[in-house]
Amino acid sequence: MNKICSSAAEALKGALRDNMVIAAGGFGLCGIPEHCITAIRESGVKGLTVISNNAGVDGFGLGVLLESGQVKKMISSYVGENKFFAELYLSGKLEVEFTPQGTLAERLRAGGAGIPAFYTRTTAGTDLAKGKETRVFDGKPYVMELGLKADLAVVKAWKGDKEGNLIYRKTARNFNPLCAAAAPITVAEVEELVETGALDASFIHTPGIFVQRIFQGDRFDKRIEQRTLRKRG
Amino acid sequence: MAWTRDQMVARAALELQDGFYVNLGIGIPTLVSNHIPPSMDVTLQSENGMLGVGPFPFEGEEDPDLINAGKQTVTALPRTSYFDSATSFAMIRGGHIDLAILGGMQVAENGDLANWLVPGKMVKGPGGAMDLVVGVKRVVVVMEQMMKEESKLVRRCTLPLTGQGCVHRLITDLGVIDIGNGGFMLKELAEGVTVEQMKKSTAADLKIGL
Repeated sequence: MNKICSSAAEALKGALRDNMVIAAGGFGLCGIPEHCITAIRESGVKGLTVISNNAGVDGFGLGVLLESGQVKKMISSYVGENKFFAELYLSGKLEVEFTPQGTLAERLRAGGAGIPAFYTRTTAGTDLAKGKETRVFDGKPYVMELGLKADLAVVKAWKGDKEGNLIYRKTARNFNPLCAAAAPITVAEVEELVETGALDASFIHTPGIFVQRIFQGDRFDKRIEQRTLRKRG
Repeated sequence: MAWTRDQMVARAALELQDGFYVNLGIGIPTLVSNHIPPSMDVTLQSENGMLGVGPFPFEGEEDPDLINAGKQTVTALPRTSYFDSATSFAMIRGGHIDLAILGGMQVAENGDLANWLVPGKMVKGPGGAMDLVVGVKRVVVVMEQMMKEESKLVRRCTLPLTGQGCVHRLITDLGVIDIGNGGFMLKELAEGVTVEQMKKSTAADLKIGL
């Protein structure tokens, strides 16, 4: 099976439709599939439910899909960096399913691993547990959370090979491996696409079975949200 | 008189112990990392997927692939490891982290914490805070004691909860307060702060355990 595509647009061809669920890797702007996001914007697909820890910033990352009105609902843990998001949400134009970060990660992990639900202490006794089944284990209340699956996952890796094996770099890994496993079609954009066999098999983070299409991005913006520095000397 | 932000942070650093794995929340708690004694072996965990967080980079050495949970550029240490978000929260929820130092908007005398939402006004989301408060062995909250004229130390939180009965200790600009079976217990006063002032700045009963 040829997984290699020449661009985000080619990789997403036939995989996008209105009202679908898309899982997008990344934490803040770190490790986001920026080429895929641009291609989704250009496709004009709408009514999207997007599973992503954050919602980008104004004008970059998933922020561009919010600005173009293509997103109906976000499933996220933290959206504090996006003013436009707050406006959309507070005015009722955007639905948000706030999910604690660890619960979001585990829901994706479970979804990809064929586990329909699990119990966690997280949110017990809070508003986010309302309407959810709870159960007591060892005298403590736990909340049942559902595994999350998407129709499509878009992820970003450092290196990938023609089989779709992926290696992430530093903290750009974050949600990417979890998203990759949680969808039947996963599009991976990589900084460097290498020949099969060129990656050390012991250090592959996402095995190729989780990746259906792969392309090398031509130029990554890789913006920094908070440039914090230490003084020399 | 009260502690400055830097004095609060320095006091919070006294909560660290040799060999601890520690998660520092976004904002003021992150500054605690500037006060770790050089002789002390403390490993910082950042929930975006890093164990062994180093200092901020020198100019020109910042790496967009290397950030902390506050999205700030950081550096790695020889001990550093990286992992995905599910593994990160296995550390947190699984009870492997010794201490979390977090910010707060309200803390109640029963240990409830609110720090993620002001309905109709502030929309940020819980991030990793709800997982941290249920999973980490000890939770210390660092915050100003007053929000304008209102005390943030209350009988019951009026803001949506982050977690129930999860806070062990509070460090504010006025002092240090523990939360136990009987509610708030004053442990230390900031320089120049009186018991009377502390009581006035607490909207709940305050036992004195100085």
